[in-house]
Amino acid sequence: MKNKVVSRLGTGSKVIVLGVWLLFMIFPLYWMIITSLKPKNEIFKFPLEYFPKHLSFENYANIFKISKFHVYIGNSLLVSLLSALIVLVVAILSSYVLARFTFRGNKQVMTGFFLTQMIPMFIGFGPLYSMMSSMGLLNKQGALVLIYSVLLIPFCTLMLKGFFQRIPASLEEAAMIDGCSRLSALFRIILPVMKPGISATFIFAFVQNWNELFLSIMFIDREEAKTIPVAMNSFITKFDIDWGSMSAATVLSIIPTVILFALCQRLIVQGLTDGAVKG
Amino acid sequence: MNDTQARKPRRLSSTAIFIFFCLVPALIPVLLFTYYPIFKGIVMAFQNYSLFNLNDIRFIGFDNFRTVLQDPSLPTILKNTASWVFISLILQFGIGFLLALLLYKKFPGRGVYQGLIFYSWAMSGFLIGIIWRWMFNGQIGVINDLLLKWGLISERIGFLSDPKWAMISVITANVWYGVAFFAIMLMAAMQSIPEELFEAADMDGAGWFKKLFHVIVPYILPTIITTSALRVIWIFNFPDIIYAMTNGGPANSTHILSTFMLDKIVFNGDYGLASAIGVIAIILLLLYTMFYLFATRASKAGDF
Repeated sequence: MKNKVVSRLGTGSKVIVLGVWLLFMIFPLYWMIITSLKPKNEIFKFPLEYFPKHLSFENYANIFKISKFHVYIGNSLLVSLLSALIVLVVAILSSYVLARFTFRGNKQVMTGFFLTQMIPMFIGFGPLYSMMSSMGLLNKQGALVLIYSVLLIPFCTLMLKGFFQRIPASLEEAAMIDGCSRLSALFRIILPVMKPGISATFIFAFVQNWNELFLSIMFIDREEAKTIPVAMNSFITKFDIDWGSMSAATVLSIIPTVILFALCQRLIVQGLTDGAVKG
Repeated sequence: MNDTQARKPRRLSSTAIFIFFCLVPALIPVLLFTYYPIFKGIVMAFQNYSLFNLNDIRFIGFDNFRTVLQDPSLPTILKNTASWVFISLILQFGIGFLLALLLYKKFPGRGVYQGLIFYSWAMSGFLIGIIWRWMFNGQIGVINDLLLKWGLISERIGFLSDPKWAMISVITANVWYGVAFFAIMLMAAMQSIPEELFEAADMDGAGWFKKLFHVIVPYILPTIITTSALRVIWIFNFPDIIYAMTNGGPANSTHILSTFMLDKIVFNGDYGLASAIGVIAIILLLLYTMFYLFATRASKAGDF
């Protein structure tokens, strides 16, 4: 009897705590969406409307009118997808080798990759800038593809290594006895089994690239090459912030990553815990 | 016989070649575009490297460091960095741990709930900064409006324009963003606790608190140690939210080392000075890592 009361009390407080936190988490996004849908003159009207009666898409229309938002979206997609793909291919090869073979330097490579996560990358920004400029990559999306790929290779290698280690080596050994080469055993036998790990890594890389700000601000200043974060940063500095357009831009730029995360959160949780913490 | 002998060395070396070709595409770019720029950056800390005098770059010894260390805003910035890192960490960890405890056992709707509280993690610090900058707005911000409506304050607070409130505001945004990370990591670790441990604790008649401190915490301790160690470094090196919300202001009240460094790069183009700040940051991180390793090793030796 007493136990029942306690457990009901437990469930009750659990629901309350989770509910309060949920409201706290959802509210900012709700507020951004509501702001973006208010007509311009109602955003600054008191009292604030929490459930606006008039919805309008003028803020959305406006960002496409005052800027090349469709170009920025295209650039962001191109840069993020391309770099995530490159990272994936490179990291699959390196993590496979690091997980399966013991050789001289294996440990050092792992430490070297791990260290890149600890050093503040800002210190390399100046030199990177002059490297990009001497390679003629300034103001080109290629600079971002290159740099984003490089920056993600270490972490994605560590992450994928965790996945490889959970797959028994006997799987590809059997295939090799049957006459497969190592590379074709890797691509035809192991990768299909690793699908969850690979998609988690790909999504992680995509989201990181999509969100990166400071390198893109440094390397890109040309209207046609801007990615979404660069463009939004210039919305701030050039004008006093137009909050209607800003919130519409925010909502648009969040959509792809939030959908991806919602679809694959379980994969990502697994990927991060396997790769980052145990690896 | 002859055949196998001839094949064996060939096989060995083909493995070595395989390893080599699989690692090169990862190693070369990382060495070239991560380690080399970092090394170059450290060198720059000893040069008068600035975008405005590219024709006259030379070594100037410790001058940059002297300039940074004599900067009158440095004590404030260091203090800000410490409170930004540790208050954020404690709140993120505390709330994340609580959520993980509430979430790690299955209940109806858990998946949806998880998705909703984790979504902040898919967003960039910059966008999070923008959103909170709008909500904390002194005139028409929704937070002022709600606090007034609930009777908690009697006049609007300039959250981002009043130095007393600015740090609290940026930390709030950072906590909102970072709780999901701890919740995810700790939840995953808790899910891997073997059921037998709980059964044994039940048989010993252990209550909820006993289970928490004798089963759950010891089991996930390695995860707690790694995640909080990594997190300190990430928060330390994470200027995005502050950059978008206050850019260090008002009156330096939210400047931390990484925004200070960014400021020197983006607004002054002074890479030498920025690099000196970066080197100081690296030294602080190294000291922290060494202290952390030492402390956790000492506590482990006591426990196990």
